[in-house]
Amino acid sequence: MGDVKFMKGNEALSEAMIRAGCDAYFGYPITPQSEVLEYLAREATKRTGMVVLQAESEVSAINMIYGAAGCGKRVMTTSSSPGISLMQEGLSYIASAELPCLVANINRGGPGLGTIQPAQGDYFQSVKGGGHGDYHLVVLAPCSVQEMVDYVKLGFELADKYRTPVMILADGAIGQMMEKVELFPQMERVVTDYPWATTGRPAGKDRRYITSLHIQPEKMEEINHTLQAKYKVMQETEVRYQALHLDDAEYLMTGFGLAARICIKAMELGRAKGYKIGMIRPQTLFPFPTKIYAEVAPRIKGILDVEMNAGQMIEDVRLSVEGKTRVEFFGRMGGMIPSPDEILENFEKYFIKGS
Amino acid sequence: MAKVQGEVIIDLEKCKGCELCIIACPEETLAIANIINKKGYRYAIKAQDNCTGCANCALVCPDAVITVYRKVEKAPKQAV
Amino acid sequence: MSELNEIMNPIKENICLPEFLVYERPDTLTEQEFHYCPGCGHSTVHKLLMEVVSEMGIVGDTIGVAPVGCSVFAYHYLGVDMQQAAHGRACAVATGIKRVMPEKIVFTYQGDGDLAAIGTAETVHAANRGENLLVIFINNGIYGMTSGQMAPTSLEGMVTTTSPYGRDVLTQGYPLKISELLAHLPGVYYVTRQAVNTAGNVRKTKKALQRGLEYQKKNLGFCLVEVVSNCPSNLKMTPLESNEFVANQMIPFYPLGDIKVPEVK
Repeated sequence: MGDVKFMKGNEALSEAMIRAGCDAYFGYPITPQSEVLEYLAREATKRTGMVVLQAESEVSAINMIYGAAGCGKRVMTTSSSPGISLMQEGLSYIASAELPCLVANINRGGPGLGTIQPAQGDYFQSVKGGGHGDYHLVVLAPCSVQEMVDYVKLGFELADKYRTPVMILADGAIGQMMEKVELFPQMERVVTDYPWATTGRPAGKDRRYITSLHIQPEKMEEINHTLQAKYKVMQETEVRYQALHLDDAEYLMTGFGLAARICIKAMELGRAKGYKIGMIRPQTLFPFPTKIYAEVAPRIKGILDVEMNAGQMIEDVRLSVEGKTRVEFFGRMGGMIPSPDEILENFEKYFIKGS
Repeated sequence: MAKVQGEVIIDLEKCKGCELCIIACPEETLAIANIINKKGYRYAIKAQDNCTGCANCALVCPDAVITVYRKVEKAPKQAV
Repeated sequence: MSELNEIMNPIKENICLPEFLVYERPDTLTEQEFHYCPGCGHSTVHKLLMEVVSEMGIVGDTIGVAPVGCSVFAYHYLGVDMQQAAHGRACAVATGIKRVMPEKIVFTYQGDGDLAAIGTAETVHAANRGENLLVIFINNGIYGMTSGQMAPTSLEGMVTTTSPYGRDVLTQGYPLKISELLAHLPGVYYVTRQAVNTAGNVRKTKKALQRGLEYQKKNLGFCLVEVVSNCPSNLKMTPLESNEFVANQMIPFYPLGDIKVPEVK
């Protein structure tokens, strides 16, 4: 049993990073996640010797991550939407060079400079690739401060297991809210000995190099096949989701992160009115829990997908159900948060009043 | 007086014929061949046997294809 | 040795003996032949760098970062652990490496487009933080890999594919003297500008690289070795002509020598 504390999401994430034995953090301030760098600057180096560096930009931060990850170190950066956009080039390189690292996006309203209020408009960017080329990040979607902590540990494990960049896609509300959280005990910083890491050429052996450049198309295709095979394994073994009332559900509500959390309340309100509503909340957005949607679809009357965007995850839900059930959408954008009542109203509009 | 003998060995198949070594050589030992190597370059060759082993050619050779030897034979001391 | 070599290189057995060897290809260069054009300065600097790494016995302690540009494949030739960085980001990547492995010697190898255009921010801030890096900056005043476009360091009036009437400083900006710019920063320990167009300059460049790596060994601060170089193919010159261009056009604008040296106390 670790410590139980009352903490802000961003600070809990930072504390988890320190406790997970993270070797280095490179980041740049941006609302609503500036507490991460502040917390680490205050706490990390003196406690574990972890490197904490404020970079001159997100572009630079993600490339520092590339360098340090290439030395086999446990590394993380965080940012919010506009900053994450700046990191996309680096993430593409990191995915291609197969380097493990963890990135958290405390999603704010966009597009453009947008607003500092919470949103989920970065689903496509996070889940479908974001940068250039065929690649994926593993995307974890916390809906509570507790999951912010849990997913730091899980995120590092998945990053190391698959030599891949992992993203925690949270939003400004989860970053800023305070909740009770159970923290795992401090882990040792591990000195790794990966054969691919550039730590200085070992005596009598060939040098290592990390690159994403393969001019020969045959070789580049081979690299692509390697990546795709890895993603396939993830789709088979790393899917995580939360399901509620699937046994008696006639309808589903679905969403991720904060929107899902609000949906749970809306679901409860609906069930109190006699509607048999169940819930699926993907915890991994990539790999997406396709199978559970496909399994439930034939026996339900419809799904209401709720997101804090114009409808992004709904595309994956529709692909999963393959037309076997009706999928409707309700969303708020630009930093607005849906209320349980308006979610239920929309549910009734689509499925009860039969619009 | 000491006798200085030098020798250069050029990896002719790897030479790209840039001629930088020819200009760098103070003794005009090197010249460009009239025939080409497998890469299609006219390569540098020894034109004279007067190398002193100063290694200027090897220093400026971008492709590091020149090896240089230098043998200094000291003249026996003469009885005064 | 190939047939050609056997015919054309009769070995003088009394001279070609290990004890008389004065120069050979450094064993820290890989066997791979350079893809660079004939006479290209990149090859020369690669070779010098590896000579110094060999002589200092730091092969196992050195980690390099390759840029984007003609030297994007530097890791194929330099026999030390290497990372290939995104265009312009070498100093950020090197910062990441050095911060987690401060006991290692970390260098970046960058051209003028990579370092002085797209990577200016990364370079300036790494220098300003006094990152313990050796930055090797190849300034040939033109983009090589993309075939001869104007570089930030292209000379005034210089004809390139994107300044076909000559670089007009009023609309295309002035040639950028990165070394002078960085030398002002307190985090910067050593800045020098050298060239590889003559045997004498090659010797001096080697000394500068040696000095830069010695300083890195002691973690004394940010070091920049600029090497004024040629680009025969894109200047549309022979290698010899391109070296004359370096001597007659480039060096008068980018004068050689130390720009910032540590104070001797």
